[in-house]
Amino acid sequence: MLYINCPHCGMRSQNEFSYGGDASVKRPELNKEVSDQEWDNFVYNRKSLRGKHLELWQHISGCRQWIKVERDTATHEIFKTFKADEEVA
Amino acid sequence: MTQAFRIENGGLINRDKKLSFKFNGKTYLGYEGDTLASALLANGVHLVGRSFKYHRPRGFFGAGVDEPYAVVQLFRNGETEPNIKATEQELFEGLEAKSVNCWPSVNFDIGAINNFLKIFLPAGFYYKTFMWPKSFWYRIYEPFIRKAAGLGVASTKHDKERYEHKYEYCDLLIAGSGPSGLAGAYAAAKNGAKVILAEDKPRFGGSLLTSDVNIGNQSGKDWAEGIIAELKTMPNVVVKNRSQIFGYYDHNMLVMSEKVSDHLPSTKKYHPNKRLWYIRAKEVLISSGSIERPIVFGNNDTPGVMLSSAAKEYLKVYGVLVGRKPLVFTNNDSGYETAIEFKKHGVDPVVLDSRKNPESEIIDEAKNLGINIKNSHVVVAAQGYKKVKSADIASISEDKKQLGKIENIQCDSICVSGFWTPTIHLASQSGNKTKFKEEIDAFVPGQSKQNEITLGAANGIFSLDETLKTSFKAGSELSKKITEKDNEISIPNVVEKKSSQHDKFWCVPLPEGKNYKRFLDFQNDVAVSDVEIALREGYRSIEHVKRYTTLGMATDQGKTSNLNGLQLVSEIENKVVPAVGHTTFRPPYTPVSIGAIVGREVGKHSKPTRKSPMHSWHEKNNAVFVDAGVWLRPRYYQRGNENLFEGSKREAKNVRTNVGVCDVTTLGKIDIKGPDAAELLNRVYTNAWLKLPVGKARYGVMLREDGIVMDDGTTTRISENHYHMTTTTAQAANVLSHLEYYLQLVWPELNVNVVSTTEQWAGAAIAGPKSRYLLQKLFPNSDVSNEGLPFMGYMEGDLFGVKARIFRISFSGELAYEVNVESDYGNFMWQKIMEVGEEFNIQPYGTEALSTLRIEMGHVAGSELDGRTIPFDNALEGLVSKKKDFIGKRSLQRSAFTSEDRQRIVGVVPLDKQTSIPEGSHLVKDDKAPLPNPKLGHISASCWSVEYDNPFSLAILKDGKNMIGQKLFAMSPLKNKVIPVEIVSSHYVDPKGERVRS
Repeated sequence: MLYINCPHCGMRSQNEFSYGGDASVKRPELNKEVSDQEWDNFVYNRKSLRGKHLELWQHISGCRQWIKVERDTATHEIFKTFKADEEVA
Repeated sequence: MTQAFRIENGGLINRDKKLSFKFNGKTYLGYEGDTLASALLANGVHLVGRSFKYHRPRGFFGAGVDEPYAVVQLFRNGETEPNIKATEQELFEGLEAKSVNCWPSVNFDIGAINNFLKIFLPAGFYYKTFMWPKSFWYRIYEPFIRKAAGLGVASTKHDKERYEHKYEYCDLLIAGSGPSGLAGAYAAAKNGAKVILAEDKPRFGGSLLTSDVNIGNQSGKDWAEGIIAELKTMPNVVVKNRSQIFGYYDHNMLVMSEKVSDHLPSTKKYHPNKRLWYIRAKEVLISSGSIERPIVFGNNDTPGVMLSSAAKEYLKVYGVLVGRKPLVFTNNDSGYETAIEFKKHGVDPVVLDSRKNPESEIIDEAKNLGINIKNSHVVVAAQGYKKVKSADIASISEDKKQLGKIENIQCDSICVSGFWTPTIHLASQSGNKTKFKEEIDAFVPGQSKQNEITLGAANGIFSLDETLKTSFKAGSELSKKITEKDNEISIPNVVEKKSSQHDKFWCVPLPEGKNYKRFLDFQNDVAVSDVEIALREGYRSIEHVKRYTTLGMATDQGKTSNLNGLQLVSEIENKVVPAVGHTTFRPPYTPVSIGAIVGREVGKHSKPTRKSPMHSWHEKNNAVFVDAGVWLRPRYYQRGNENLFEGSKREAKNVRTNVGVCDVTTLGKIDIKGPDAAELLNRVYTNAWLKLPVGKARYGVMLREDGIVMDDGTTTRISENHYHMTTTTAQAANVLSHLEYYLQLVWPELNVNVVSTTEQWAGAAIAGPKSRYLLQKLFPNSDVSNEGLPFMGYMEGDLFGVKARIFRISFSGELAYEVNVESDYGNFMWQKIMEVGEEFNIQPYGTEALSTLRIEMGHVAGSELDGRTIPFDNALEGLVSKKKDFIGKRSLQRSAFTSEDRQRIVGVVPLDKQTSIPEGSHLVKDDKAPLPNPKLGHISASCWSVEYDNPFSLAILKDGKNMIGQKLFAMSPLKNKVIPVEIVSSHYVDPKGERVRS
């Protein structure tokens, strides 16, 4: 079970969180013309990375904040965690 | 019964307390401190079971966790448990156990015929034989294999025992209380670190309990006792016996199973049977020791053949002789230690050493005691069926290929030692890539992967002196990093005998003309010949060889067989062992009770039970409850002997003619506040929300980004910047997360707060043509007329002194209201509604009537919003705004979602107006068409229409828009039904929606 550093609450076990997918995906702006390809990339197409991956988690049984977690998908090493509005360095 | 094989004195058992127990129906005596295995051996019982495949007689091979044979069915306090290792099960008064895998008895087992048919059961037999004919699988092969498979029988009764989970954090976790574990724990504890020391056996000390060494001025055993006693007094130390750390998971989390009650006749009051510990450790010291490995020879599975270390343990810990004429067969000095112990207790062993001329202090001691030693000798085969009676032995050439003349010598046990295999399971599970250590012919941990260090024998260090030095150092240094304290410890002097190099010899060749079975894996009956077959048939990867032959599988996971298997593969393949590699070590290290894994989450505790504030009223009024997610909701309120069908029909009918009340507390409720609340709703819902006036409710549909309907519900504008959203019961949590996602990540600029208020409000839906009269009496000071409170209107009211929210919304399609009060007043509200409603013939209605009402009105619910439908499919496209953008809108342009013959909701009526259509039935054009019959749609929900008194269903049907009036068939192969049906509008009752506005 992963041990995740919630930037709001501190170190917490994985069972307090729920996974939210790739954090680098950006939703196209509202009311903007979006091509099929762009939209498909947003909704469906994800890279299945081996290695460093920036992903979303929600501290669902804690502060309920969505956070960003930089994690190695192969080794499960967590390098850093960020608040939702924090710039990822 | 006498304990004929118990020596006069010695051992760590409590001779003052005799215990009686039963094995296979026969009563025996043992002592407190025995295991079932040691007590049986004390009584001379060597036959405990039958092997898995050939049903050959099985005895005891080890003395602990590595035991491959002695698996029994245990009976305790009216319960039964399979898969118990007799070598681990502690004796208690009244214990009962039985052999497994034999019928009718362990002495006469019919399955043993497999032994004579073994030519038919080689590796891969099942794969090759049971493949064809295909139709035989279900009827013949599978039931046969199922019957033959497994060791023991699981109980089918409810398990009355309790199992607990515990979460713990520590600085250092130490797995194993042998010399390395004790030294590491002691050093760390002295530095003030928070330490957990876990030992899987009842007694602490590991190898120190059986080895002939001195530490400081005392025996190794006494030193261990002293250390444990001191550790137990320290507040920063938790010392646990009977506790097996069986898994090493990510981020230094380890899981330990503590057997709290297995050694007792019954579990003490308020105690669990087992406790599962989830331990997050900063550092882990793996001091799991090593397991002796066997040498392979003919008939090496005969009862009486066992590990030499086990024989020594039975003697030193339990005071039990495994035989009076033992033969020790060894390739290293460990066998001599066992022989010396025998000799000390007046038994004359014969030692066969595969080495030519070994010399060491231990061997000298054996020689001085006058032990008969035969160098360059091996056991060719054990003789005897249910017990060893003699051994065929021979000299062996230096290249270990040629056997000398075979002679037969009498013996009653063969104690075998093929050197030691470090227990690297935990290290390997942590992600540590193991490496092969040539000097010991075994794998040891390599570079640490997580925060783990492996010590002592588990790391391939077999010198006690070196083990203690490195372990004290490791414990001290790791704890120093954490506590920043450095209390020096003087490392005690060690007196131990030096041993000589072992012989890289593991398998005795077959003598000419003999084809003895030489077993590698004793639990699964995998012999040398089976691995040879697998390789001959082209299996190369050790993982494939394992699965094809079952080498190293089952409850012992090959603790005594894996390395010899690798040796064989490497020999045949002409590769070195590290090139062959080992199979993956996966948790659990030993079998763990399912009960322990599940913990308290059984029965009622498997999920929370949520009850509405009106629950007690429902109970008192004969409600029959149904699970709705985690909620308990009344399904119907039974009157007399009514069944569900009759009761729900009565309740629904009463709503259509008078007035009914339904508990809708379970609906998800989300409070939304902030200046941008309207903007948020406008982006979340498909329809327009910016112009909703204060005091009005609106129905909305929300989509996922892929265009699929996520949820529906009404949202009411309570005041300028304050909204009350309702969701379906099932989606409440997901919708909240969904809103939080967009507010926190996508549109953080929106100034809105959301919070769940599901449990803050109790809700009652009042529905039926007489509902307004009832409302007027409930709220005499409010204007609830059609003008004062029109359809989709909202107002606050005073319910006999309690503040209430009144919404004019309807799920039933009737004139209806929903009243909310704070949860604490829920019961009060409900009682008032029932009291005042009496004159209007009010009846409560449950979820079944609720469904009936919404189905015949064509209102969609979870069975239509099933994660596969878009608004159009549910006839909700009118609510999809063309002007504004919203979540999921772009997806609705996908060609599949806009195709002409897109599926759509319809109504379905059976032609005979009698036969109810099972939910999930397929709609097809031709009921006689060959399979697979093309499916046009499926029945999503069915009811008995109270309006028309005939069955009515909703369906999602391909090109549903143009199918009205068509005749199709509803087919349910599960229920074996074919029903001719007509497709009608989904709005079966009041298609113009006049009632809700009346």
